Amino acid sequence: MNKRERFVVGPVTLAVNYRTMAISAVLIVVCLALALLALSVGSVTLSPIAVLEALMGQSSGPERFIVETLRLPRVIMAFLVGAALGLSGLILQALVRNPLASPDILGISGGASVAAVAFLSFLTPWLAIQWLPVVAIAGALIAAATIYLLAWNRGVSPVRLVLIGIGLSAAMGAATTLMITLSPITTTMTAYTWLTGSVYGADWDDIRALAPWLLVMLPLVLSQSRTIDLHEFGDALATGLGLPVQRSRLYLLCLSVALAGIAVAHAGAIGFVGLIAPHIGRRLVERQFAGLAPVTAMIGGLLVLTGDLIGRTLFVPLDLPAGVFVSAVGAPFFVYLLFRQRY
Amino acid sequence: MPKPPPPLESRAVCLAYDERPVINALDLSLPQGQISVLVGGNGCGKSTLLKAFARLLKPRQGSILLDSRDIHQQPTRQVAQRLAMLPQGPTAPEGLTVHQLVRQGRYPHQGWLQSWTAEDETRVDQALKDTDLTSLAQTPVDALSGGQRQRAWIAMSLAQDTDLLLLDEPTTYLDLTHQIDILDLLAELNRRSGKTIVMVLHDLNLACRYAHNIVAIRQGEIYAQGHPDKVVTEGMVRDVFQLGCRIVRDLLFDTPLCVPYGKAGVPQPDGARYASDT
Repeated sequence: MNKRERFVVGPVTLAVNYRTMAISAVLIVVCLALALLALSVGSVTLSPIAVLEALMGQSSGPERFIVETLRLPRVIMAFLVGAALGLSGLILQALVRNPLASPDILGISGGASVAAVAFLSFLTPWLAIQWLPVVAIAGALIAAATIYLLAWNRGVSPVRLVLIGIGLSAAMGAATTLMITLSPITTTMTAYTWLTGSVYGADWDDIRALAPWLLVMLPLVLSQSRTIDLHEFGDALATGLGLPVQRSRLYLLCLSVALAGIAVAHAGAIGFVGLIAPHIGRRLVERQFAGLAPVTAMIGGLLVLTGDLIGRTLFVPLDLPAGVFVSAVGAPFFVYLLFRQRY
Repeated sequence: MPKPPPPLESRAVCLAYDERPVINALDLSLPQGQISVLVGGNGCGKSTLLKAFARLLKPRQGSILLDSRDIHQQPTRQVAQRLAMLPQGPTAPEGLTVHQLVRQGRYPHQGWLQSWTAEDETRVDQALKDTDLTSLAQTPVDALSGGQRQRAWIAMSLAQDTDLLLLDEPTTYLDLTHQIDILDLLAELNRRSGKTIVMVLHDLNLACRYAHNIVAIRQGEIYAQGHPDKVVTEGMVRDVFQLGCRIVRDLLFDTPLCVPYGKAGVPQPDGARYASDT
């Protein structure tokens, strides 16, 4: 099962593990099936055939509107957000060599939350709601940069980074709560939905804003696969093997922050995905970034997609934020994997 | 025949952790193609010095020269093609197999796109063979015994295919059998491919047996350097380790053998004890 095969594609040689390939193939099928299900169900339930016809553009009227305008962008958004968060967490856990790290500890969610809640509470009268993602990502970047600079001491060590990240995140959490308490009751609901994380109301404009970023980031991340593997060995070994550790760490942190930042900007502070998706990935396939990355991305996507599917169908007519159910789905599945592999 | 230039040397190097100075203006040349062993008491600075030679610690002053050029002025990837360093007690990510670990040694030789070549494959196979790990290639590193695990790490350094190999206490935590096993392996590598090996060892007698060149360090300074026969004396052990001893000849290997007696002294036939250096 652990056999690997070498494929030569022009100048690129890929060493692929059979198990990783098989699991990836299964995940692709599961993703497509779940997407089809998500497009079918809702306040109006369509048959999968009707959905496929609508996707092909062979139907008109309400089906097409429901599938193309209402559900498809939301499904895509949920998947992309989850994939970005999963990848961000995978990079980060390797970088700080701590399986408990998630994009949250870099202050991404914290910074974005402070900025978003401040925006919702105090700036909405003057600025249109379309500015929310921009404000959120700015908050995320400022928070991450602050944590990095505070952790600097002739280079940044993972432990310092994690500790300062946790400290600053707690402070930002307090600031967020304070603002919610002080803000008018009408914005409190919006703020809470944002903090839980939701893809409610996602439309094609959101996809157009998010997808190009991910398309740029993906090759950048994958080209760093071997380097990310090396970071897991610690500074001394990585330096000994010829990696400029500090420079590479900063670059990879930027990639991780950017991935989580754009996800959070569009879907709010969905927690847990960045923490749990990499763990599930590592349980399924061998520990090597090149193989883990697509698997973790798909698992992250599946988690948010499932969370959103449950959130909008279980308590109809209520449309609950996906973030509520992401943990509810992810945690039991993770426990199941641990349980199955016990020895 | 002229002596080959030393591949690795320090020039007036000062090393410190934060504000605590460890080594002050130290000059040391490590001879080409030999096994050099750094010895000294705990906290004397020998591991610190080894780290500096592996460019893991930047000198406050002075410089470390690799092939007569400042090691910190050379691209770290290029240095990694010349010099491999195995730190003390390295840890592998959970679940990694021996083969995956050894593959990492090829990192400095790999291009941006060309991720895995036939040359890489050959080097990894050879490293596994040299360390007798071929049959364990698919075993997770965490499932290995201490001796096998250390051999796996050495295999990774071998896959790196460097002329210089630095090891910080490669025999720590190993039982006697595996200590000898590891040191025999390193001696064999030195004999067969002329690798220059520099390591920190705690066991003075094993150091005498395997080293061509012993560097005795006391309080961040070189107390003596040279062939074990010349360097390892009762006076050196007293000054460097604050330990009383007799130096006799090893019956089998004809190297200096240190028989320590410490403060309690040596037992006499009449039951009285005395310390022989009084």
